[in-house]
Amino acid sequence: MAIEVRIPTILRTHTGGNKTVEGSGATLGALVDDLDSKHPGLKNRLVTEEGKLHRFVNVYVNDEDVRFTGALDTEVKDGDSVTILPAVAGGC
Amino acid sequence: MLRIDRATYDAIVAHARKDHPDEACGVVAGPEGSDRPERFIPMLNAARSPTFYEFDSGDLLRLYREMDDRDEWPVVVYHSHTATEAYPSRTDVGYASGPAADPRTHYVLVSTRHHGHETGLVDDEVEFRSFRIVGGEVSEEEVEVVESYLFGHSPTTVVYD
Repeated sequence: MAIEVRIPTILRTHTGGNKTVEGSGATLGALVDDLDSKHPGLKNRLVTEEGKLHRFVNVYVNDEDVRFTGALDTEVKDGDSVTILPAVAGGC
Repeated sequence: MLRIDRATYDAIVAHARKDHPDEACGVVAGPEGSDRPERFIPMLNAARSPTFYEFDSGDLLRLYREMDDRDEWPVVVYHSHTATEAYPSRTDVGYASGPAADPRTHYVLVSTRHHGHETGLVDDEVEFRSFRIVGGEVSEEEVEVVESYLFGHSPTTVVYD
């Protein structure tokens, strides 16, 4: 059992075109590190140099936006489903 | 170039007028990997603001799950400006250049600044423009409105069983 991660179209260049990949870790941050070891470059797209989740990216664990659950410190476990999406917003 | 059918074009304009003076937003989904905007999906502007728009985080997740189940992606992301021209703002460019945003998306901007609600007058057209936004660079593209997408489209993409 592992954690399933849904990858947005543009980041599938890092996953050999795969829509979903699997990873493991106790927190979202650890999961991202694990994913980056298998799909190099992925972490750079999601996490800023300051070690924070990029503000233009939305990440969900199951149905919860991790912005409200501790961001990269959000706990994850086998069987969870993680979804990465581009934030859609703007303004004049 | 963005090729879009008349009904979808009109639906985007109508949505922008309806929500004026707040910004309206939504997507037009199409088969993943294609350039065909086929399914109009108006979204709620969670900011309910005349100067900002955002998809609610939960709405965004449901939208993408639904598109994923249907093997679709957002061919067009549209929103309105209600007091300024139909051109991407710095904020728009920032989001559209985000690391998970797909540069193959067409960003449609409409402006209701001169024609907020339907006036019934001849030439009462809101501004409707389309852009590509890649790595912070904005380039405008031509918009071709076809009466029916199905028949206006190149037959080479039609798959016969």
